[in-house]
Amino acid sequence: MSTLTRIGRTFRRTAIQAVPTVLGIVILNFFLLQLAPGDAADVMAGEAGSATVETMAALRQRFGLDNPLLVQLFNYLYNLAHFSLGFSPRYGMPVADLIGQRLPGTLLLMAVALTIAIALGLVLGSLMAVFSGRLPDRLLSVVSLLFYSIPGFWIGLMLIVLFSVKLGWLPSGGSGTIGSNLTGLAGLWDKVRYMILPALSLALFYVAIYARLTRAAMLEVQSQDYVRTAAAKGLSPTVITIRHVLRNALIPITTMAGMHVGGMLGGAVVVETVYSWPGLGRLAFEAVMGRDFTVLLGILLLSSLLVIVANATVDLLHAWLDPRIGVR
Amino acid sequence: MATPLLRVDNLTVRFPTTEPVSRLSFEVGEGETLAIVGESGSGKSLTALALMQLLPRSAKIPNGRIEFAGRDLLGLDQKAMRNLRGREIAMIFQEPMTSLNPVLTIGRQITEVLTLHEGIRGKAARARAMELLSLVRIPDPQRRIDDYPHQLSGGMRQRVMIAIAVACRPRLLFADEPTTALDVTIQAQVLDLLDTLRRELSMAVVLITHDLGVVAQWADKVVVMYAGRKVEQALPGALFRTPLHPYTRGLLAASPRLKTNLHYRDARLTEIPGSIVSAAGERGCPFRPRCAVARDSCAHFVPDLVEVSEDRLVACPYSFIPEVAHGVALGL
Amino acid sequence: MASTEFAAGDARSRRLYADTREPAVSAEPEAKSWSNLHAPDARSASAASVPIAAGGRALKVFLRNPNAMFGVVFLSLVVLAALLAPVLYPADPLSMVARPFLWPGQNPAFPLGTDSMGRDVLSGILHGARISLFVGLMATALGLSFGILVGATAGYFGGWIDDLLVRLVEIFQTIPSFVLLVVMVAIAQPTAPVVTVAIAVITWPTVARLTRAEFRAIREKDFVMAARSLGYGHARIIFREILPNALPPLIVTSSVMVATAILMESALSFMGLGDPNVVSWGSMIGAGRELIRTAWYLTALPGLAIVFTVLALNLIGDGLNDALNPRFSQER
Repeated sequence: MSTLTRIGRTFRRTAIQAVPTVLGIVILNFFLLQLAPGDAADVMAGEAGSATVETMAALRQRFGLDNPLLVQLFNYLYNLAHFSLGFSPRYGMPVADLIGQRLPGTLLLMAVALTIAIALGLVLGSLMAVFSGRLPDRLLSVVSLLFYSIPGFWIGLMLIVLFSVKLGWLPSGGSGTIGSNLTGLAGLWDKVRYMILPALSLALFYVAIYARLTRAAMLEVQSQDYVRTAAAKGLSPTVITIRHVLRNALIPITTMAGMHVGGMLGGAVVVETVYSWPGLGRLAFEAVMGRDFTVLLGILLLSSLLVIVANATVDLLHAWLDPRIGVR
Repeated sequence: MATPLLRVDNLTVRFPTTEPVSRLSFEVGEGETLAIVGESGSGKSLTALALMQLLPRSAKIPNGRIEFAGRDLLGLDQKAMRNLRGREIAMIFQEPMTSLNPVLTIGRQITEVLTLHEGIRGKAARARAMELLSLVRIPDPQRRIDDYPHQLSGGMRQRVMIAIAVACRPRLLFADEPTTALDVTIQAQVLDLLDTLRRELSMAVVLITHDLGVVAQWADKVVVMYAGRKVEQALPGALFRTPLHPYTRGLLAASPRLKTNLHYRDARLTEIPGSIVSAAGERGCPFRPRCAVARDSCAHFVPDLVEVSEDRLVACPYSFIPEVAHGVALGL
Repeated sequence: MASTEFAAGDARSRRLYADTREPAVSAEPEAKSWSNLHAPDARSASAASVPIAAGGRALKVFLRNPNAMFGVVFLSLVVLAALLAPVLYPADPLSMVARPFLWPGQNPAFPLGTDSMGRDVLSGILHGARISLFVGLMATALGLSFGILVGATAGYFGGWIDDLLVRLVEIFQTIPSFVLLVVMVAIAQPTAPVVTVAIAVITWPTVARLTRAEFRAIREKDFVMAARSLGYGHARIIFREILPNALPPLIVTSSVMVATAILMESALSFMGLGDPNVVSWGSMIGAGRELIRTAWYLTALPGLAIVFTVLALNLIGDGLNDALNPRFSQER
């Protein structure tokens, strides 16, 4: 069977499996949020300072907040089917637009953090595997466990202290120099400078996971018979590691990378508040504080979708990496 | 006699607590098949790995000499040794199910060795790989070349392993229990293939096995190993006619099908009392605890190999005393 | 990053350390790596006695692990601090006791200094240990109980109950757990019990998944069959026969869960979603954050408390994993 057929089958299977999960998530989120005290009208009234019973009722009617629960749910599902995530009374704009504005920032942050985490993790893990049981392995084990134990928001603040306050090398927040019109390489460098600390804070925890995972996977694969076959062919250790060991070891590692998208999104919520990074996580936080449940519902749904997409991507990646998958 | 292709002299393999191969010596001539026979744990597989220099990191070779085509292998550096592996010395392993990389096509795994040693790439390498697949009698090579290992049966995979091994026309091939994991009907086919290739490519084969039937049919010369030592060496005919060492006799007695002159068969050596583990840590002859004819003196020294006739060595001073031989023949 | 999220992905990843061969996302996780813990004797021995026998050996391994012992010692100190905080610092840690912005070491009466409101930092850290440990332990106990209940039901009974519960677990594992946590705490008002329950709500699916896999594996073992043929009730089989054998991976997971819960609680408090009437490490960092340019020690010190407490728990978790999973510990 060709690689393409395999990937196609995997894709279909994954897509079919996702439907009930998505529906379950939507309904669960909706009912969860109905439990909340107060609604968007209360918040707006509170912010306006004075609000009569009449204006409140008018607000509620305008946003359909006075309908029975099931009608509200039905409306929401109906809108969803038309790719509309509803309207945010607080921001005065469609939720989809609002999320669309913030999503790229978060995706960029997560992608950079995940790349850093996997790259560093692979290097550290390979080192640990090569020196397995000896001093470098033991030291790196403890170091990775330390990374694993540090709260992201705290290391974020500590990095700010060191690199922004003390050394003055990197900016302490935001996503670009305000008012600057840098283009080309200078513009890119500006972006990178603002990216380094948040991405590093988000990545550190996952560096630890990938390092340990790589170590275990490499040790497992190294003991396989086909690695001995590769050595008997006369291949050099470097070629064996890259061509034969790493590719097999990548299979469990990609599994984890897919699983981490949801977790990273949660991490981004905190890191984005530390660095005033204009992303989805910060929006979620603002929505919670403002009781803007339409936005919140949209974010929860979207981030869940993101996780589903990530899992599907990993499945496809597996179908490509591992010829044994997709046959069943 | 001309210089042998491979000469192993006094080879010892040592782990921190054990010595699975002790002072082993043998020679393999050009185009010859040498069988190394012994039960599991006798050190025969480690011997092959030592000769390939693929021993685990904890293993050391404190003394001995391995000479291949006039070169001292133990004196070669890593790079020179890698250059020999796969090109002049190749090896196939016991487990065809796990010896191929599951995520690469078999074509890729064959061309890899061609590219490495002969610089053949792309279409040429693919064509050569296909030739090799037909050489090892894999039907429909055009289609099979893009298969992954899990799509092939065990016998087919072992053929692929053989194709990889002979890709660069090596002068010496180690076959470590090449048929143990295969069905009985497939075993003969694979061994026949090996033997045909040996003649066609004029390579020497070191066949490592616990199966005396295999020895009878395919070997030119036999080395019997016990607990890391060579206990007997003979031509196959002589070995089966007059086994000298008590262990060899036990082996033959444990292979009933040979006696009745049936075709070879997987003969596991369970009918000798005790196991090879019980020999560890003993002084004196390692086979003594299981030996039917052991005497008190066997506990005090390790018997030397003695040349009893041309091409015939045995490491038991009592083995050619007639009444002992008689006793063993009676099943004592 | 870190701090916050995971729950689900996290404990799963930890499990993966033990068994890197966990199949693709869609496949069922099997409990292979643990089965050797009680493999040979589980068949004959009664179920309950096996974990105890294995436990004695595991305890020895655990006690000989220096990293794990460091974890135990440090965690004991934290527990001691939590217990002694009201004795050593009977005053409310949120009350003003001295001049604000005393740096650590400036005044021996306040070894770790004071914050912007003149509150004693050391008193805050000691009292903060109480809420961290309370939330960590209670959330784990809750999540573990509920997860085991669901996982055991699904794994033991199978059929449509299993399908339904697996679907539920899947939904919970798809929703980014920290986002869900933030939403739940924001809706229900931030108090210590709410935070505890909310953390349990997002952590139980991991436990359920793990328990289910164990139960499915153990369900088919002979001793369970024997118990069934004796006519024992479902409850007895679940809690007396299967659960004790499913415990080792759950024990490892629980120590990681406590660590995770502490990280989550601190992240929530940092974001202002902690109990406003109780001092916690996270809220101390949140308060110190505004003053990071002038008084960074206000952020650093409570953070170190979190790091070392969580590190201690993770070291214990690693030690437990090595002790309870012989296959993996041999590799180290």
